[in-house]
Amino acid sequence: MSTTASEPAGGHLTDDVVGMSHHDTLARRILVVWLPLFCFMFVLLFPFYWMAITAVKPNDQLTNYAAHSPFWVVGPTLDHIKYLLFETSYPGWLWNTVIVSVCSTVIALAASVFAAYAIERIRFTGARVTGLLVFLAYLIPPSILFIPLAFIVFQVGIFDSRLALILTYPTFLIPFCTWLLMGYFRSIPFELEESALVDGATRWQILTRVILPLAVPGLISAGIFAFTLAWNEFIYALTFIQSSENKTVPVGVLTELVRGDVYEWGSLMAGALIGSLPVVILYSFFVDYYVSSMTGAVKE
Amino acid sequence: MSVSAAPPPRATRASRGSFFERLSQSRNGLGLLFMLPAAVFLLCFLTYPLGLGAWLGFTDTMIGRPGVFIGLENYEYLFRDRVFWLSVFNTLFYTAIASILKFALGLWLAIILNENLPFKTFFRAVILLPWVVPTVLSALAFWWIYDSQFSIISWVLMQAGLISAPINFLGDPWNARLSVIAANVWRGIPFVAISLLAGLQTIPASLHEAAALDGATSWQRFRRITLPLLTPIIAVVMTFSVLFTFTDFQLIYVLTKGGPVNATHLMATLSFQRGIPGGALGEGAAIAVAMVPFLLAAILFSFFGLQRRKWQQGGSD
Repeated sequence: MSTTASEPAGGHLTDDVVGMSHHDTLARRILVVWLPLFCFMFVLLFPFYWMAITAVKPNDQLTNYAAHSPFWVVGPTLDHIKYLLFETSYPGWLWNTVIVSVCSTVIALAASVFAAYAIERIRFTGARVTGLLVFLAYLIPPSILFIPLAFIVFQVGIFDSRLALILTYPTFLIPFCTWLLMGYFRSIPFELEESALVDGATRWQILTRVILPLAVPGLISAGIFAFTLAWNEFIYALTFIQSSENKTVPVGVLTELVRGDVYEWGSLMAGALIGSLPVVILYSFFVDYYVSSMTGAVKE
Repeated sequence: MSVSAAPPPRATRASRGSFFERLSQSRNGLGLLFMLPAAVFLLCFLTYPLGLGAWLGFTDTMIGRPGVFIGLENYEYLFRDRVFWLSVFNTLFYTAIASILKFALGLWLAIILNENLPFKTFFRAVILLPWVVPTVLSALAFWWIYDSQFSIISWVLMQAGLISAPINFLGDPWNARLSVIAANVWRGIPFVAISLLAGLQTIPASLHEAAALDGATSWQRFRRITLPLLTPIIAVVMTFSVLFTFTDFQLIYVLTKGGPVNATHLMATLSFQRGIPGGALGEGAAIAVAMVPFLLAAILFSFFGLQRRKWQQGGSD
C-alpha cells in the first residue's frame, strides 16, 4: 500500500508543526491514541480478512468450528477460485464490468473536460448557473432515477445490453467529474491562457496544449474516482440487465452464485474478493489522487 | 409568384462555414459547443427521467403495458399502505442512527489520525478500504458474518460464555435493523473520517498551543477550537452522508431484501420491489417521488441545521 504517487496539485496541506503530543505520557498515548486506533483498524479490516480466509478454506473446515479454529486455515485450497473461474460465468462478468467501467469513465471524462473548461474559462452567459446545476445533478441519487431510466432504456431498445450501462453510468459520473475538474481549472493561472491567445492559439489549442497538460493530476483523480464509482454501481446493472452473459460482477455474484438454501460461502467470498481486487489495486497505486478527489468534491 | 426558397448550394455551404466560424468566435457560441456533450447526456438520462418519473407516478403503468393517467390514485393507495409507512419509518430510523454513529465515530477516528503518528499515510490508505470496495461485495462478507448458524460473532461470544445460542442477526426485526445499520456505519466511517481529517489538517496547531497555555483542558480545546472551525466542513460531509444513507439500496438488498416481514425495507428497496420484480412501474415511481420531500428535508436539516451555528458564532455567511 505504498503512497509513492506525488502530491496532486491542490491536495491537502501537510502540517509541519509538531503539536503538543510530546507532552503526553506514553501510557496516556497508548490509551488515547493507539488502543482506539487498533480497535478501529480491527473492525474496519476484519470483514476483508474473513472474506479472504473463507475464500481459501476447504469445505470441511468452513462450518466445522469445533475441530478447526475459524480464524485460521489448515491446508488452504484454491478449489473455490478454480470453480469460480472455470465453471461459472464469472470471467465474463469481470470482462463486462471492465468494459462498462472503462467506456463510461472515458465518455464521462471527455464530456466533463469540455463542460468544466466552458464553465470555468469561456464563461458564457449563465456559466455560474450551469455550474450550480451540475452540482445539483450530482445530488440526485440513482435510486430515484432507476424506474424511469429502465422505461427509457426499454423504449430505446438497449435493454439487457452493456450499452445500456455505458450510456447511463455517465449520468452520475459527469456531474462529479465536471465539478472536480472545475476546481482544477480554476487553479491554473489565467496568464498562461492569455499569453497563448496573444501568440495566436485557438481555444482548442489552448485546451489541448496548455490546460490539459497542466490538469493531468486532476484528470487522474477524476478518472480513478469515476472508474471505482462505475465498478461499484449496482442498482442500474440489476435493473437493466437480465441475461447472465451481460451481467456485471456485483450483480452476477449476487443473483447467480446465491442459489437455494445451501450457500457456497467459499466461492461467494472468492467472487467478492476477486471482484474487489481491481479497484483495490488501482486505489493502492493512486491513494493520494483518490483522497484528493474525495475531499475535493466535499470541500468546494 | 413563388420566391425561390432554396438559395444556391454554394451559398449554403459558405454561410454554414461562416456559421461555425462565428459560433467558435463568440463566447456564448463556443460555450454552447463545449457544453454540448455533457448537456446531451444529462438532459437525456437525468433531467428527462426525473420528469418521466414524476409522470409515471401519476399513471398505472405496468411492465409491458403502457399506463393511463390515474391522478393521485398511487399516492392515495400508498397513504393507506402500512408497508409504505413502515418503510418511511425504517428509512428515517436508519438514516438518523447511522448518520449519528458515522459522525461520532468518524470524527473520533479523524482526531486520532490527526495525531503525530508513524506510518500515518499507511493508516490513512488502509482505513479508506471499506469505502473503496464495491458495497455489494463487502455486504456479502457481512451476510456471511451475520449467518444465522455459523456467524463468527456468535461463535466468539459463545466461546466467551456470554450467550448460549447463536444470535439470529437477520431473522429478527430489531436485530436485522441494527445489523444493517452496523454494516452501513462500517462502510461510511472512512468517508467521514478522511474528509474531516482534511478539515482538521487546516486548523493551525498554534491555536491549540495558545489555548493550552491559557489553561484550557483538552475537552475545552475540542469544544471551543476544533468544533467551531470544523463546522463548515462537517455540514457538507454530513449532508453527503445523509444523502447516501437515505437513498441506500445495495446493502439492504444484499443482506435482507427488506425482510424479515418488511422490517428493514427502505423506501428505495420498496420502490424497487414494487416496480421491477412486482412490475408496477407507476407505483414504484410514486414511492421514488415520495422520497424527494423527505430527502430534501433531511438535506436541508443537516446542511442548514449545522450551518446556522456558524453564523451564530460570528462567522461570515
